[in-house]
Amino acid sequence: MAGLVAAVRLAEAGLRVVTVAKGYGSLRLSPATIDILGYRPEPVQSPAAELPGFAEAHPGHPYALISPALLAESVQWLKEHVDTYAYVGDPSTNMLLATAIGVPRPSAVVPETMAGGDVRNIGPVAIAGLDVLKDFHAALAAENLQAATTAYGRTTQARPVLLSPPTDGQADVGALGLARMFEDTAFRRAVAAELRAAVREDEVVGLPAVLGMDQARLVWTELQQAIGRPVFEIPTAVPPSVPGMRLARALQDRLRRAGGRFVLGAQATGPELRDGKLAGVRIRSAPRVMPRLCRWVVLATGGLASGGIEVDTSGTAREQALGLPVHAPGPDQAGFLPSYLGEHPMETAGLRVDATLRPVGPDGDPVYPNVYAAGAVIGGARPWREKSGDGISLSTGYLAAEAILKEAG
Amino acid sequence: MTAEQEIDFIRGSLDHCVKCTICETTCPVAAVTPLFPGPKYVGPQAERFRGAGESVDASLDYCSSCGMCTLACPQGVHVAEINSRARAVMKQQHGMPLRDQLIARPPLQGKLGTPVAPLANFVLSNRLARLVAEKTLGIHRDAPVPKFAGRTFRSWARRQPAPATTGTRRVAYFHGCSTNYFEPRLGRMTVAVLAHNGCRVVLPRQECCGLPLQSNGISDAARSYVRRLAAGLAPYARQGYPIVATSTSCGLMLKREAIEILGVEDDDLRAVSGQTYDICEFLAELHQAGELKTDFRPVPLTVTYHAPCQQQGHNIGKPALDLLALVPGLKVIELDRACCGIAGTYGLKREKYDIAMQVGSGLFGDIRAARPDLAVCDSETCRWQITHGTGRTSVHPVEVLHRAYGLS
Repeated sequence: MAGLVAAVRLAEAGLRVVTVAKGYGSLRLSPATIDILGYRPEPVQSPAAELPGFAEAHPGHPYALISPALLAESVQWLKEHVDTYAYVGDPSTNMLLATAIGVPRPSAVVPETMAGGDVRNIGPVAIAGLDVLKDFHAALAAENLQAATTAYGRTTQARPVLLSPPTDGQADVGALGLARMFEDTAFRRAVAAELRAAVREDEVVGLPAVLGMDQARLVWTELQQAIGRPVFEIPTAVPPSVPGMRLARALQDRLRRAGGRFVLGAQATGPELRDGKLAGVRIRSAPRVMPRLCRWVVLATGGLASGGIEVDTSGTAREQALGLPVHAPGPDQAGFLPSYLGEHPMETAGLRVDATLRPVGPDGDPVYPNVYAAGAVIGGARPWREKSGDGISLSTGYLAAEAILKEAG
Repeated sequence: MTAEQEIDFIRGSLDHCVKCTICETTCPVAAVTPLFPGPKYVGPQAERFRGAGESVDASLDYCSSCGMCTLACPQGVHVAEINSRARAVMKQQHGMPLRDQLIARPPLQGKLGTPVAPLANFVLSNRLARLVAEKTLGIHRDAPVPKFAGRTFRSWARRQPAPATTGTRRVAYFHGCSTNYFEPRLGRMTVAVLAHNGCRVVLPRQECCGLPLQSNGISDAARSYVRRLAAGLAPYARQGYPIVATSTSCGLMLKREAIEILGVEDDDLRAVSGQTYDICEFLAELHQAGELKTDFRPVPLTVTYHAPCQQQGHNIGKPALDLLALVPGLKVIELDRACCGIAGTYGLKREKYDIAMQVGSGLFGDIRAARPDLAVCDSETCRWQITHGTGRTSVHPVEVLHRAYGLS
């Protein structure tokens, strides 16, 4: 997400932008909620209120470089750049969204189709599963949702319903297949008819997040009208993620419309240095490595989980694209911890950056004056513990673009 | 790496698969038919069960080899290459239709059809003849087939005086079968555009690269085709000539598919592979170096641009867009569809024609909605499919540049 946000912003400002990607990034696997800060480790109710204190307590954290105003600006920017449907919410409040398999997810900015699953204020619920979708279990989701409302202090009834949509004899259809089917009016009507018969008058309806792809808003709106009840989506727990694809496609579409280029399947292998300066990036594309010249680079290759940072068997961490210095525990660090989910120092491995997100060396100076980092390649965060990954990616992608725009004048 | 190591490397890449399903989400065939369960199922997952013994594949035949899966994989798994190799084993064991043997040999078609072009074209556009071909051979009656030009590109080139250009940049042109037999005008325009940019164009001896054979699983013949072609191009590659291809899929065959899918171990091919450029890639490189002429005249047209799947396999993005952007007055609409469906010879086949048309339907709809003067696309079979699906004239990007340079 960080890379796409920066690319769209720069392209829309009139710069010539080329995005080079080894493959499609993890945004397509994400539930597409914008999680800003969920735990520190106690649950966070207002990310906006807690971020200053959080940043002060974690000086090496990327959020230490993001002002509340910039974060709010980046959220607003995202809302204006997703055409698929509206994003609702803001950094002042975390919703607690129903999930497919576990505890509710604290998230501040979410697709409008998901906001109805906020356990803080949800009424009686029917969770509707689809018999052909083996990746979503209505009974499990309903039980967990009810337990979550109890934990929140106001028990709400949640019960499972199982639908059998017409799938032309296919017994096993994945989330993406169903999303495509939901874009078909007849299919949608058949599901709505089943739902009308199954749902009680006082219930809201939770469905797995498969309600259409490019026409998600239409599908969701029509379904609500057809059954006369509010409908909300619950992200499915296993990939592919339909909401993630919607968001990724929306941003890529923006990039294309702004004249930005996208090179897929190519890999950055190192800096192209000319006269000691970084003049571009060396790109491997079958069958050779060629330089792509540019004035600025935004490095948004992801962290350990995405391969932007790799750790070899000796325990040495390396940044893969430009060979930038990684801030990480050295090889003498213990590989394993005694406890299963213990905090390993390698979790925060990544680049250290200056105030404008330029990666710095051990001396604290930028390695290259024209290279900026965005997203999970920046170290210092524990996004899966903090539920902060989307907020970091969005705000640093936005800030990296801003820094370049300032220089471009 | 030797070719054998490369093949191991390709197969070994399946260990990088984390089952994220991103390949599945980009597969244009699985999106329209349940007959193909998707690149992950038949690729990295099924590959673990494939040994030296009997092929157990069936649905794999519905893969169109568009390569979107490899392109999209964030882990670097060579999904399409794994699948192409498994398909070759499957077809060798389960039998090869005569049809596939025929449609995979453009030189044979070209040599038979060219001398009798009017007759051949009449037969190919005759409903009854096409019906017979469908019944007997399994080539769909409505599938788009090209027209024989009658006079080949090479026979035109032989009669040209020595190039007048004084340019010092030497370029070897790999025109491929399609330009030679079906679209010689593209070859003439390419030579003119290159000459305009100070290139001395040579035409090495050449025949088919073997790609249609490869994509139909006829591996041995494909290997001997590509070796023969590489032998003809290698002397130029070794002298440092860029080898420039206007058939984007055939260029890709030379760049990597012959090595990665067929496992061809050949010094000539290695030399050629490293020197092969898609024409738009080559011109865009010239532009990056500040050496492309930009004396373009206004071309007041609206065109759509579709980057074919095989062009995307070069991992170079869409250099055609950067070139077309230099042409004043030209309005270019970039389309964002993975594949037109034809995938070389896939959409010609009776049992796959409907799938191919469904795959292409999104692209066709986009083009019809844009109402362009021209539908620009780098690959010949895709252009024929686009014209078949939309009724619009489809041209190679070079044709637009040729016009913008005022060379027409």
